[in-house]
Amino acid sequence: MVNDLIPRVLGKLLIPFILLFALYVQFHGDFGPGGGFQAGVLFAAGIVLHALIFGLANTRRVIPDALVEAMLACGVLIYAGVGLAGILLGGNYLDYFVLDPNPVHGQHRGIFWVEVGVAVTVCGVMLQIFYLFAARGHDGADGTD
Amino acid sequence: MSLAQHLPALQVVLPLISAPLAVLLRHGGVAFLLVTAGAWAAFAAAVALWLQVDLLPAGGVLTYHIGNWAPPWGIEYRVDRLTSFVLVLVSGTAALVLTYGHASIEREIARASHYLYYAMFALCLAGLLGITITGDAFNVFVFLEISSLATYVLIALGRDRRALTASYRYLILGTIGATFFVIGVGFLYLLTGTLNIADMGARLRDVENPRAVLAALAFLTVGISLKLALFPLHQWLPNAYTHAPSTVTAFLAATATKVSVYVLIRFYFGVFGESLVFQRLPLPEIMLGLSLLALFAANLIAVFQDNLKRMFAYSSVGQIGYITLGLSFDSVHGLTASIVHLFNHGVAKAAIFLLIGGLVLGIGRPGAPPPVPTFKHLAGLARRMPLTCLGIVLAGLSLIGVPGTGGFISKWYLVLAAMEQRQYWLVGAILLSSLLAVAYVWRFVEAAYFRPVPGDGGVVREAPLVMLIPAWILVAASIWFGLDTSLTVGSALDAAQSLLRSGT
Amino acid sequence: MQGSFSHFGYLITILVMVSGLYIVMAQGNLIKKLIGLSIFQTSVYLLFIVPGKLLGATAPILSPHHALYSNPLPHVLILTAIVVGVATLALGLALVVRVREAYGSIEEDEITALENQAAGPEIHA
Repeated sequence: MVNDLIPRVLGKLLIPFILLFALYVQFHGDFGPGGGFQAGVLFAAGIVLHALIFGLANTRRVIPDALVEAMLACGVLIYAGVGLAGILLGGNYLDYFVLDPNPVHGQHRGIFWVEVGVAVTVCGVMLQIFYLFAARGHDGADGTD
Repeated sequence: MSLAQHLPALQVVLPLISAPLAVLLRHGGVAFLLVTAGAWAAFAAAVALWLQVDLLPAGGVLTYHIGNWAPPWGIEYRVDRLTSFVLVLVSGTAALVLTYGHASIEREIARASHYLYYAMFALCLAGLLGITITGDAFNVFVFLEISSLATYVLIALGRDRRALTASYRYLILGTIGATFFVIGVGFLYLLTGTLNIADMGARLRDVENPRAVLAALAFLTVGISLKLALFPLHQWLPNAYTHAPSTVTAFLAATATKVSVYVLIRFYFGVFGESLVFQRLPLPEIMLGLSLLALFAANLIAVFQDNLKRMFAYSSVGQIGYITLGLSFDSVHGLTASIVHLFNHGVAKAAIFLLIGGLVLGIGRPGAPPPVPTFKHLAGLARRMPLTCLGIVLAGLSLIGVPGTGGFISKWYLVLAAMEQRQYWLVGAILLSSLLAVAYVWRFVEAAYFRPVPGDGGVVREAPLVMLIPAWILVAASIWFGLDTSLTVGSALDAAQSLLRSGT
Repeated sequence: MQGSFSHFGYLITILVMVSGLYIVMAQGNLIKKLIGLSIFQTSVYLLFIVPGKLLGATAPILSPHHALYSNPLPHVLILTAIVVGVATLALGLALVVRVREAYGSIEEDEITALENQAAGPEIHA
């Protein structure tokens, strides 16, 4: 699709806003519907759109497979790390109250990092699934069809 | 704040963390070290929890509030006698199987996916431990799916292409089972407004309309029975066990179905209470019938198998029949028999499948894919792999239930429970089904010990020590727990008494 | 919404549940089976969500303009269940791709016939 003018121009216009919207959903999750899961899927959707328009090979150059696999692992580690931080600061596992001297701020801080972990993992999983299925059968080809 | 206080959380978190670390480092050897260390740490945590529960008064429960939210709002981890018993079994088997597995995995799984194998193993272990320790019904479902999804991947890693279809069929049936389970949990949640298992049980007593409770009971029973491979719902098990890599088979045979039995016990006695489960529905009769079917049909099918792994897979379906038979008595001795057999059978079956893994390695040619262990390969094998064959026979004696082995103890309590209820014909049925076990174990003995070594047998070497030692630890355990029963029977009696007390 | 419509949500739930389960059992095509499985799982989402919704209520984010709030817990649970469903579907489809590579078919009866012939070639070359 890289030679079609309209998808290419529209894609270039839309993709930044999709990614931005993902970040909005992520950080606005405290005050309205949203959160890490939705944000991760939206972010991945933006990148999938990039792959559809500019070809899988180009997307894989921007976001290599190793990075995607690292995202899978890092998100879970961030989540588990927040839990362990609760233990280290003298609370229970996943205890957000102790993350800040003010328990309410502690809750904010805890859920923020947990949602970051969720978003990173979900985005990684979605991209990994897309890469695996899209690359099937023509590995090494540019996968534009 | 000491570390000991956080053991219930660490029990699950330690193996869970080793999975993403293994993925992050992308190296088979490092992943092996990490995940094995995680499993041993989980085993240490399980033993420590066991000791902590020991210090509590009889029937005492350790609770841990995740995120410091008090139950029933927050998720609670609960450790009582039965929980710590299952935790020790699961984490101990995992630690031994992982230690054993390095040599076997080198041969059975492509090198590029080694780190994924270890990551999946760690996830499966964390899921099983999570199911066991959590006190929250929905959390059980989440951990059930974590361990199941990891299991499907592990089975699909087998080298035969039939591993793929076995994994697919297990995925379909396993997901239906898990979904049935969550439908049952949904009904209970709608009725009681709580997800905490203990709280659910307390509130269910005030529910006046039993119809929804019975629907929940039906969905939960069918869902969990699919997972634990109760006889007519066992279709996924033989293929999955036969075609999975040896280490995976050993681990699953010892733990996955056993943890499902544990969930069944938890819901039957903890939530529904014995009054409803065993009095308003003919559930004991159904359970009894299905168990007897499992004992005879599955054991009979096992006798006629040509593939050694398949034979012992069917034997697993039969042995699960003993466990559910114990449940159907609804008495302290019956429940004790179930819990003890859950442990003894897990240990003996893990030993057998580990030794078969070594056997496959021994009869295979280096560099070639591992062969299918059929009876053709077994002729005269005892002379060339004496330790492996002796181990299989000794663990097989425990499957039969010969006095002096673990299997005898569990059958003894089954017989006691049957006599208590004056169902003497059941004693005969238990003995008769043991004869079927004699038949299939004897087939192995006959082939391995009495048939001549074929002329073109090729080079057969004894399995390496790193594989023999963990397997023999399990063999020794299955003998040990037949001679010294204070640990197994003592704690099972303890657990059974507190379960039946809490149900009334 | 009293009367015959009061159980509307449950009726839909049951319909979706049974049709999903029927597709899983009746179809021989591995992908259609997975579609049935997904439909079956969707019924669970409905089972939890429908009773959690109060008519006229809003999302449970405290504000002075609202007095009625829906129960958020079923949504949280089902969000988890949806993730589980997605993971199961992805894994199932990945397995089907591999099955097709190994057997050249995704029809259950053809695969069973192939399995019964012989052990077949090794995979994971």
